[in-house]
Amino acid sequence: MNWLKTHRNDVLLIAVLLILGGALALFLYITRQAGGYVSVRVDGELLMELPLREDTQIVLGEEEHTNTLVIENGTARVVEASCPDQICVNQGAVRYAGESIVCLPHKLVVTVEGGQANDVDAATR
Amino acid sequence: MKASKVAQYGLITALALVLSYLESLLPPLGVPGVKLGLPNLAVVFALYRLSWKDAWVTSLVRVALVALLFGNGASLAYSAAGAALSLIVMGLLWKTGKFSSVGVSVAGGVAHNAGQILVAMALLETSRLAWYLPVLWISGTVAGVLVGVVSGVLVKRVPEKK
Repeated sequence: MNWLKTHRNDVLLIAVLLILGGALALFLYITRQAGGYVSVRVDGELLMELPLREDTQIVLGEEEHTNTLVIENGTARVVEASCPDQICVNQGAVRYAGESIVCLPHKLVVTVEGGQANDVDAATR
Repeated sequence: MKASKVAQYGLITALALVLSYLESLLPPLGVPGVKLGLPNLAVVFALYRLSWKDAWVTSLVRVALVALLFGNGASLAYSAAGAALSLIVMGLLWKTGKFSSVGVSVAGGVAHNAGQILVAMALLETSRLAWYLPVLWISGTVAGVLVGVVSGVLVKRVPEKK
């Protein structure tokens, strides 16, 4: 265990960082709450709000910049995206308040919100 | 600038660039932003064997080249913010002289990921990326340990010139 002795500061630093990260994760996990609806933002602008309890499928964006958002069984996921990296598709489904799916190339952020959608019309737009 | 310095910059920047490319070939690790940080091998090596300034040159030239070759404006902003924050943190820890390449690279990995999240929050005008923080925080720590151990071996094994 010579390495531990000569690298005491490194080990301390790693331990502190892991504990901080773990504490942050634990805090978020404990304070999580089921989502009521998802908000869809493009370039920071609220586009629509979709309730999670209604299954639906919607194509966001236009021409070459599209993402297909599916809401199913109280979860939201992007099933198809026209961007090369497919990060938002690979991310899978989100369901808890505060979780989000981000598509950087299209500046799209889909966020799960707590409570209920306050604009019913927005969902049918 | 002396010719030997130019050659040295060329060599280490090329190494960092190749490591970037190599990393882009690896399969995605599930969560966007979770990665090994292989190019940081070259940067940590530059920091310990050369100087803070040389680490900056290596890292920034790499970021610019990667953006030119493979990326776009947005990816440039992310990697530049990550690289800059990581270099500042690594440089400060290195200057204290209390940490080996492992500790420095761990702090650099975490700082790099934190920097990217900050830019993502600013660009997307959202503070709702909270979940990424603990995930990238811990993945940055783990990746930092691996990179730190390897670059520690490199610094020890690669013979010093001059």
